[in-house]
Amino acid sequence: MKTEWMVMAILLAVLLFRLGRGLAQSTLLSLVQLLLLLSTALSLTGDSTTPLFGGMYLNGPLAAFQKSVLLFAAWMISLLFSDWQRESSHLSEYLILLLSSLLGMCFMVSSGNLLMLYLSLELATIPMAAAANLDLGRKRSSEGAMKLILSSAFSSGVLLFGISWVYGTTGSLDFGVIAKGIDGSPLQTLAFMFLFAAFAFKMSAVPFHLWTADVYQGSPMPVTAYLSVVSKGSMAFVLVNLLHGMFRSMSGAWYHLLMVVVLATLVVGNLFALRQQDIKRFLAFSSIAQVGFILLGMTGVRPLGPSAVTYFVLIYILSNLAAFGVAALVSARTGIEDIPSYKGLAKSNPFLAWMMALSLFSLAGIPPTAGFFAKMFLIVEGAWQGDYWFVVAAAINIAVSLYYYMRIVRLLFSEPEKSIPTLVPAPSERLGLLVCAVGMVLAGLLSWIYDHISTLN
Amino acid sequence: MNLTAILAIPTLTLLAVLLVPRARQARWAALAGAVAQLAASLWLLVHFREARSSGDSGFLFQWQHAWYADWNIQFHLGVDGISVAMILLTALVVVAGVLVSWEEERMSKTFFGLLTLLGLGAYGFFCSLDLFAMFFFLEVAVVPKFLLIALWGSGRKEYSANKLAIMLMGASVAILMGIIALMYSAPGGQWSFDMLHIAGWEIPADTQTTIFALIFIGFGVFTALFPFHTWVPDGHSSAPTAGSMFLAGISMKLGGYGCLRAAVWLLPKGAVAYGDTIVVLSVVAILYGAFVTLMQTDLKYINAYSSVSHCGFVLLGIGMLTKAAVAGAVLQMVSHGLMTALFFAVIGMVYARTHTRQVSEMGGLMRAMPFIAVLMFLAGLSSLGLPGLSGFVAEMSIFVGGWERGTNFHQAATMLAAMSIVVTAVYVLRAIGATMMGPLRQEAHSSLTDAAWYERVAALVLTAGMLAMGLAPEWLNELVGPDAAAIADRLAAP
Repeated sequence: MKTEWMVMAILLAVLLFRLGRGLAQSTLLSLVQLLLLLSTALSLTGDSTTPLFGGMYLNGPLAAFQKSVLLFAAWMISLLFSDWQRESSHLSEYLILLLSSLLGMCFMVSSGNLLMLYLSLELATIPMAAAANLDLGRKRSSEGAMKLILSSAFSSGVLLFGISWVYGTTGSLDFGVIAKGIDGSPLQTLAFMFLFAAFAFKMSAVPFHLWTADVYQGSPMPVTAYLSVVSKGSMAFVLVNLLHGMFRSMSGAWYHLLMVVVLATLVVGNLFALRQQDIKRFLAFSSIAQVGFILLGMTGVRPLGPSAVTYFVLIYILSNLAAFGVAALVSARTGIEDIPSYKGLAKSNPFLAWMMALSLFSLAGIPPTAGFFAKMFLIVEGAWQGDYWFVVAAAINIAVSLYYYMRIVRLLFSEPEKSIPTLVPAPSERLGLLVCAVGMVLAGLLSWIYDHISTLN
Repeated sequence: MNLTAILAIPTLTLLAVLLVPRARQARWAALAGAVAQLAASLWLLVHFREARSSGDSGFLFQWQHAWYADWNIQFHLGVDGISVAMILLTALVVVAGVLVSWEEERMSKTFFGLLTLLGLGAYGFFCSLDLFAMFFFLEVAVVPKFLLIALWGSGRKEYSANKLAIMLMGASVAILMGIIALMYSAPGGQWSFDMLHIAGWEIPADTQTTIFALIFIGFGVFTALFPFHTWVPDGHSSAPTAGSMFLAGISMKLGGYGCLRAAVWLLPKGAVAYGDTIVVLSVVAILYGAFVTLMQTDLKYINAYSSVSHCGFVLLGIGMLTKAAVAGAVLQMVSHGLMTALFFAVIGMVYARTHTRQVSEMGGLMRAMPFIAVLMFLAGLSSLGLPGLSGFVAEMSIFVGGWERGTNFHQAATMLAAMSIVVTAVYVLRAIGATMMGPLRQEAHSSLTDAAWYERVAALVLTAGMLAMGLAPEWLNELVGPDAAAIADRLAAP
């Protein structure tokens, strides 16, 4: 439980500073950045695996690593969005909300009981709705927050409904006991569908994706990034655990359900991403398509699945955060958020343009970036069941997505129409982008990060 | 000979190109790297011939490194004669491509970086023995093509770049599915991407035919398999000169090599099942490409459509399934790579001076630029298969191989394909005659300069390759012959 303790300690520290005399914004931010880095490093050193609270809290090596990934992402977000964070009038509130959500996610990844899962899920999502509203002057921000709270409340209700039926048919809330009691009866299939729908909501898989674009566009950039990478990543970790653990014996039933959702998610995400002009909405739809690939990797029921999903989430964090980081920097300094205005960014800001291009390559799955490997593993895993037509249909989406990712790369390097001023990233932003870039280039070519994940599983 | 050098040199070149302080130094870094790559490939050729003459067979200089053990992905390098020939071709085209782009000033670091990256992808592709690594390198080469066309191209560059990227990416998906299905079809669950393992598997005939179709169509798109050739004319004509040279000289060869290595060699039963279909499609491509070329008025479109026709010969050689024809297919890849790269280089030189590519707006250019005119003749004559130049050797070998099959169907196909040479002669001679011969059509053209030093060197490198192949075909035959025969033997076995 080391990771949770550390997150809690940072949370309390921020709270105490807020209640006391307070610190200068930038000092507080640097402190949090430092503490997050430190706790990420410490969390990587391993954690005890004894179950706590009568099996409510389970911690395996893979779960511990997944929490480190989430912490790492939180650290990157604190680095990359320093412009917004320093200027925000509610920095401590923002940090407290974000850290409580992170804490919820850590507990969620380690939950061994449906009750625990539900509680930590609520802890993970409710603060995000408040954080989405932190751009107090903008109507869109409130609109996004409203949509987020309504849809998460609804999906929590659906989840509870599903949980109640699981309890009704198996007589327990404990994952281990439930796994033994799952026999694929119609009632349990229905219960599974409710549980799955709740997760599909949180991960914004089609047809439960409708809230995504509006919320992403309305929320402050760091919150959008958090929703898009950390929140989705943690949901993916939990879902793959549930599918490959508790519901393993029902895999024949959920495989076909997943197939439909994967194809719908990929197609809808891609088709909408094709036409977006706003960079945040664009990233929202592209992230929907990425979720399709995550789900694709879950369809093969063998131990490689969770490793592939964890690796993909890590690479996805690096790639997507770099794109968000550049977008946030450009938006904070110039107010530009529409894609056509990025035309010619390479002329005035070669560093930012290259970072953006690299992250788009990685998101599109172009070698030698790590995104290629991560996506390939998910596809190989998805093909394990032998339904090649299904995997072909999914993989065709890579070709489609190439079109819209490359469209932006082309814009970045074209001749500018109106010049974008040269923007100098703050040191922390530069560091964050460089970490992303190194990760995107090396995490694929060198196999040891994946190998490490695979030994944990 | 350590094969990692073949990959390390372009990688270092890429780093050098990106890290030199000033943009104008990038071209020197790129040139130095390209020359080093050529030297390394010649070194490889010498060592390979030594090893072969001392009795070694199969894939030489193998180097293995576990990459992603969970997925049985390895970094497995190794070359046979066919790969050595392709590596040599790549090195020649890279040197020439860098040289013709000598005066490229817009974002020159990125430009030379992309050229080097494209070359790196090709080298890796030709010496990989692991299907996954091969696919990886194939994809490495896709994005540079897109960006070269989209950013430095001319005409309808955005349309062409998108068309190329989407068609090649779609083709890649087919290839990917093919190799994944192939991997999972391992007997006894001994999954592997390693081609040397896969070649030893007993795969049922119906599985082979299904997977063969996926892989062959995928790689076929890269090498302008009819009816998936439509990206070729647009892509080639919109690309900058070096881009067209790389596309036609290297990139289309990735497809031909992939068809041969990943589809025909690994799945012989599939190849036998689809052989006749391939013959029909390639004869259509050969004739259709030739006749469409007749109607073109833009020099780049002429060469692009003639590439469709010439690459049809590669596929025809593969589809004929005999030793001579398969060897001819490899020779045709080398020959077409050199000849078409030279042709595109010459067109680029002409365009840089006259600012037009329309045949009707030129005439009598030989008076102003005799050197360039001679180069154009050489490329054209090789294209129409004149003995003494590379095209003749390759096409002859394919025709002999096709005739050897002995059935009426294959002989008829061979005759039809051979007839395209007449059409080729018409369009090549007409284009050269109209642009180079006769009196100067435009007065302004009399003051044009002849080729500069870098253009001369670029052209000479390619011409040397063409002549070496045309005048002394034995060495190349010795190089690719045994390995082409090894592939053809597997076809005959069942």
